[in-house]
Amino acid sequence: MYTNEWKDFNKGKWCKEIDVRDFIQKNYTPYKGDEKFLKEATEKTKKVWNKCESLLKEELKKGVLDIDTKNVSGIDNFKPGYIDKENEVIVGLQTDKPLKRMVNPFGGKRMVKQALDAYGYEMEQEMDKVFDNYRKTHNQGVFDAYPEETRKARTTGLLTGLPDAYGRGRVIGDFRRIALYGIDYLIENKKKDFSKLRGSMNEKLIRLREEVSEQILALENMKNMANSYGVDISKPAKNAKEAVQFVYFGYLAGIKESNGAAMSLGRTNTFIDIYIQRDLKEGIITEENAQELIDQFVIKLRLARHLRTPEYNELFAGDPNWITEVIGGMGVNGETLVTKTSFRFLNTLKNLGAAPEPNITVLWSDKLPKGFKDYCAKISIETDAIQYENDDLMRPIYGDDYGIACCVSAMELGKEMQFFGARCNLAKSLLYTINGGIDEKQGIKVVKGIKKIDDEVLDYKKIKESFFKVLEHIAKLYVDTMNIIHYMHDKYAYEAGLMALHDTFVGRYMAFGVAGLSVVADSLSAIKYAKVKPIREDGITKDFDIKGDFPKYGNDDDRVDDIAVEILEKFIKELKKHETYREAKHTLSVLTITSNVVYGKKTGTTPDGRKEGEPLAPGANPMHGRDESGALASLNSVAKIPYRSICQDGVSNTFSVVPKALGKNELMRITNLVNILDAYFLQGGHHLNVNVLNREILKEAMKSPDKYPNLTVRVSGYAVHFNRLTKEQQLEVISRTFHTTMA
Amino acid sequence: MGKIHSIESMGLLDGPGIRFVAFFQGCKLRCKYCHNPDTWDLNKGKEMTSKDLFNKAKRFKTYFKTSGGGITCSGGEPLLQPKFLKRFLKMCKSNGIHTAIDTAGFGKGDYEEILKYTDLVLLDLKHVDKVGYKDLTGGNIKEFFKFKKALNKSKTKVWIRHVVIPGLTDGEKHIDKLKKVIDGFNNVEKVELLPYHTLGINKYKEMGISYKLKNVKPMDERKLKILQSKIV
Repeated sequence: MYTNEWKDFNKGKWCKEIDVRDFIQKNYTPYKGDEKFLKEATEKTKKVWNKCESLLKEELKKGVLDIDTKNVSGIDNFKPGYIDKENEVIVGLQTDKPLKRMVNPFGGKRMVKQALDAYGYEMEQEMDKVFDNYRKTHNQGVFDAYPEETRKARTTGLLTGLPDAYGRGRVIGDFRRIALYGIDYLIENKKKDFSKLRGSMNEKLIRLREEVSEQILALENMKNMANSYGVDISKPAKNAKEAVQFVYFGYLAGIKESNGAAMSLGRTNTFIDIYIQRDLKEGIITEENAQELIDQFVIKLRLARHLRTPEYNELFAGDPNWITEVIGGMGVNGETLVTKTSFRFLNTLKNLGAAPEPNITVLWSDKLPKGFKDYCAKISIETDAIQYENDDLMRPIYGDDYGIACCVSAMELGKEMQFFGARCNLAKSLLYTINGGIDEKQGIKVVKGIKKIDDEVLDYKKIKESFFKVLEHIAKLYVDTMNIIHYMHDKYAYEAGLMALHDTFVGRYMAFGVAGLSVVADSLSAIKYAKVKPIREDGITKDFDIKGDFPKYGNDDDRVDDIAVEILEKFIKELKKHETYREAKHTLSVLTITSNVVYGKKTGTTPDGRKEGEPLAPGANPMHGRDESGALASLNSVAKIPYRSICQDGVSNTFSVVPKALGKNELMRITNLVNILDAYFLQGGHHLNVNVLNREILKEAMKSPDKYPNLTVRVSGYAVHFNRLTKEQQLEVISRTFHTTMA
Repeated sequence: MGKIHSIESMGLLDGPGIRFVAFFQGCKLRCKYCHNPDTWDLNKGKEMTSKDLFNKAKRFKTYFKTSGGGITCSGGEPLLQPKFLKRFLKMCKSNGIHTAIDTAGFGKGDYEEILKYTDLVLLDLKHVDKVGYKDLTGGNIKEFFKFKKALNKSKTKVWIRHVVIPGLTDGEKHIDKLKKVIDGFNNVEKVELLPYHTLGINKYKEMGISYKLKNVKPMDERKLKILQSKIV
């Protein structure tokens, strides 16, 4: 028992074993008031943030500010770094200087070299030699095992964004454990677990024993890394400042160790609030100090960087890390999990200005306190930096201590992780159906055993049957590919630090994904309700002649919305037929992030009238401009996509509305937005990005980016600084449906 | 069968709460500032039954519930399709959905029956006298008086709206008169002065009809606020 560190906390099961949820439930103070208690940034915070802002400006100009080409990434491989030592309340950087990026070749050396090359750097000879001659990478492992079909599917862009050349991410450490228990207790526990890992030494057990040993080493490294900043994390945190600092060190260790696409934070606000409440009660800190801790924590999160290639940036623009922090939500006992610190997190968007990171995700329930709902809506309208997800939908599956990895992927904290699987291009799959498995752009055969369709007018029944057959083939290929990727990732780029902050026995999800849902639904609808004639060149369909009108996804019309649902049900059913690595549970997402632009580029003309190269709609959104019955009809279509056991890795929807259409004044806009969110989630919608802005502002920002340094836009499961998008992506965002109103 | 120009599932400006707005096709008035000239022609629009329309509307019940909203029949002039309108309103009412009509009160009669199923009338009060009315809308104010009479007999609540056009309906005398006209209505809950805007001009170009207020600038919002304070 840590009598000093745990002073005044209500005791419980959490004192005898690792159980952060139990600690939260026994000790947190729900907050049901409004935002009036919040304070502005302190002088110290302003000084630190000012320095960061000028560094960020410089970075934007140069692409990257600096790269450490000497030291290989790792938890304890860098000297301590500071922004403004005397004013930093929370310390710790990935390298010895702010925004200086690390080199992480474990995922793949080729990608690192390309990135270095793109920014005019060179890998140090020593590192080059080591990874060439002595240390194999994840990327090499994967390509040693890939079947020919996978290589083809990658080349044509049927499967894109696979984590086979960089870190997979989407593993959230339960960083709160460090603050609550201290590293020593966590090591002690892992050692106990290790001693119990006995039995016949089969592959499974051997792997787990090796992993736990690595986890223990990673925990030791975290302690050393913290020590280099003069902070001892071996024992539990004694106060709020330490609690925030320890949580951050855990997160920092994670992003020093691996360069996963999405490196999310979890659900720290209500946990931290318990420490803040205790300190406030004892009079050790004031509200200003409390806000300062959160502001400075968030500053650190905003500086997290990984070295990426320009191609990667084309796919996921804006340097995102998906440092997703969920706030709000309800407990299983019906009490809200909103605390004052949930407000303090939102308040960072005012104190430090709008920004994409951390990716603040509000777990919505119509039962949330009114003051919190209103404040979320207010900040959303002002900053366009928040996303919303349906707590009432997820809580029955994941309980009330889950986090979101990346954009929409739920998992129980410290108990579950996922194998990230990017996505499969459904639009292309449909074209393979028509073209007998041959890629419409590259002419190579990707899917075998599919008969080419020679009909003059496409027949719905025939197309659907054949399309489903294509999906069956792709499902197998996709699962095979994922199994290889994650086998190799565990082997060559294992996230020991993050996994050390999990239970030893974890639940695993294998998260598959699709892109181009609306294109396929509309295409099949066109084939069914209009007359679609393929126009062929050398046996490959290059265009379509479409006669007549057809129902379009996004207008709350069951005739087409049901097609969208049917496709997803079929695909997940097929995926589930194939065995996964480490018995992971199959899940599926409808999420594209910003990659819908690149996927579109690689996809030929589709039967819905979308032309070759044009972007797909993002996530589960209807195609741009086709949702003609207003915003709520569009939301109703998306809300029909089933979450539980069908698309249980998330259904992403981005909603852009013009301020004037949302209400006459601020108060009306807040009320209306809250009512819309309540109803959308009551109808079973899973996720909603909210942008309240005028298209003209975006056009203006394209012309003069300097005038809009903080303009933030939600693009999919994350937000971006608008001026960090490529020109193509900017144009795509502008072309999206902005809901206005007629009257 | 009714004729519908289009549907807006997120109407946030046409009545209380979130509204499902059905824009009825067809209008006999030719208001100089009309920003929806594409809704004039009685022969255009999409045909549907009142049941079809109701089936669409009821999908938004959750939104109505969270916001205290409902349906709004706008246009065009919804009163020009009395049978269809009445059937649709009746279906909504019997399913507990709040009903509103957004109208200039220039229809085809049967007003008392329609108003039985209408919770709220958003009444576009075009002008304060016969001459002004004719000049602005091309219609005879008599029809409007018929609607007024029926409205005053009913229990339906009224929100009055009046578009303020620089040089035409923004004079102090005009506003004084307007006040008196408004006093002639029972059950008035709200009076809103709406600023004249030019957002509809493009539609005129597309449709190849001349726009009569070409030289009139959008109404100054500050001045409008002053006038609004005189009314309330």
